[in-house]
Amino acid sequence: MSLFEHGVKKLHTLVKDGEVKVSELVKESFDRIDKVDGKIGAFLALNEDAFEQAKRMDDLAKSEGNPLFGLPVGVKDNIVTKGMTTTCGSQFLSNFVPAHDATVVERLHEAGAVTIGKLNMDEFAMGSSNENSSFKPVRNPWNTKHVPGGSSGGSAAAVAAGEVLFSLGSDTGGSIRQPAAYCGVVGMKPTYGLVSRFGLVAFASSLDQIGPLTRTVEDNAYVLSAIAGHCDMDSTSANVEPTDYTKALTGDIKGLKIAVPKEYFGEGVTEGVKENIRAAIAKLESLGATVDEVSLPHSKYALATYYLLASSEASANLARFDGIRYGVRAEAENLEDVFKLSRAQGFGDEVKRRIMLGTYALSSGYYDAYYKKAQQARTLIKKDFDDVLSKYDVIVGPTAPSPAFALGAQIDDPVTMYVNDILTIPINLAGVPAISVPAGLVDGLPVGLQIIGKHFDEATILRAAHAFELATGGFQLPKL
Amino acid sequence: MATINEEQVRHVAHLARLAVTDGEVKQFTEQLEKILEFAEQLNELDTTGVEPTTHVLDLKNVLRKDEVKPSLPRSEVERLAPDWEDGQVRVPAVFE
Repeated sequence: MSLFEHGVKKLHTLVKDGEVKVSELVKESFDRIDKVDGKIGAFLALNEDAFEQAKRMDDLAKSEGNPLFGLPVGVKDNIVTKGMTTTCGSQFLSNFVPAHDATVVERLHEAGAVTIGKLNMDEFAMGSSNENSSFKPVRNPWNTKHVPGGSSGGSAAAVAAGEVLFSLGSDTGGSIRQPAAYCGVVGMKPTYGLVSRFGLVAFASSLDQIGPLTRTVEDNAYVLSAIAGHCDMDSTSANVEPTDYTKALTGDIKGLKIAVPKEYFGEGVTEGVKENIRAAIAKLESLGATVDEVSLPHSKYALATYYLLASSEASANLARFDGIRYGVRAEAENLEDVFKLSRAQGFGDEVKRRIMLGTYALSSGYYDAYYKKAQQARTLIKKDFDDVLSKYDVIVGPTAPSPAFALGAQIDDPVTMYVNDILTIPINLAGVPAISVPAGLVDGLPVGLQIIGKHFDEATILRAAHAFELATGGFQLPKL
Repeated sequence: MATINEEQVRHVAHLARLAVTDGEVKQFTEQLEKILEFAEQLNELDTTGVEPTTHVLDLKNVLRKDEVKPSLPRSEVERLAPDWEDGQVRVPAVFE
């Protein structure tokens, strides 16, 4: 039996009582990585100092009150880690070893978590399948012919395969929740501003958030409690008091008011997913929640809005990769060609495509037609959520329109690929929090239930997800 | 509706400081046209008088004291730069 089956709460007791050593937990991670990561491809780098760190921590464990003390974590490779490569899944940064830790990494280390390594991802977090990694694809632990989702594919697969107890991902349009759904784990995208983005390599700054991927909702609440809160280095991080989110997990959702948007069961959502999610909603109702059908009328415009806005922001954010201060430098006669050739050599196709789209949408003569129009559409999409969430506690639906698709199945057509995010994108545009929690299997592949909440009301979506998990049995380890 | 041609794609690539091959120009023209056609659906929306979203939360100006704090040591920054000489990043001549 894997020690990770215990979860954070029980492991904390075992570590504190000296029944499990930190070094045993770290060994568990590395043994599992040795055994399965050749098939999965979740890791891009391993922390060579992890064993030494763990041994030093073994003696301190008894006096340690922090629940994450000694627990192994994997970190998505667009979150900077001092002394460990941070590639963003890109050739451009293949040798980039940051000089500092991201705030989230600092907070986890202060809590005593041990970084095991860096996790594979779509290049600069642009993708829904992890096939856009410059290094290698990640494979779904439930069926290695299938994708793990993206862009936090490595973060979801590593937890699902038992390689780490939990991981950090980032979510700009669904990049935590969609891979969590595909891999059968719990993934949370917090409210915009709840978690510091300092040290997250920016993709679309008005949409990006860091969040935890875990086996269980309870573990998710523990990790979120550790990473949330204001940070001086990120002026968009909110001034919220430190919160213990595990206190919200009462198991009781009697009277919870649930809204189910009819648009989330529309064209493109497969029958298998619809069936599982309808059953999940019936389960929530049987636990005492009330369920009404509602409308989010501007949902159909979210995808176009997102691709214009996210690409525009990306085109500005990725201007920093110019070959001068870090990363790839192409040899050229003049400075302009250094920029152009470094970027041409360092970036993959999808990244170039989005930089091009964003540059076009922001360029003179097109700004009003594309960028400004999309910002106005965003206001309407956000208002849909405000209206429904003024009457209901949570909004519930599927996380993704289908279970994980096969590798290579959608890579040729950008628009088809973008549709995988159609149910997660509106949430980022509105800035609200959402969690994906496992809701059964279709043809041996996991389906995710998405629970969306009000701004800064992570407690309620965790409570609902936890009650659902208790009623349905929770995490299953895929056979590998 | 044709929305973008190869000449515009070359211009955008220049604005983005991205060297592109002829093959890429052709590919990006086709793909961007498809994406922009998809984005045309936003024109169905009446956005008269709708404020563009600038931030999803009602954020006020964030102010802090202007205090000197330690920044990254130069040795660390030097290690990251592809070409470094005498405390400065080296690049090809900007003026002939």
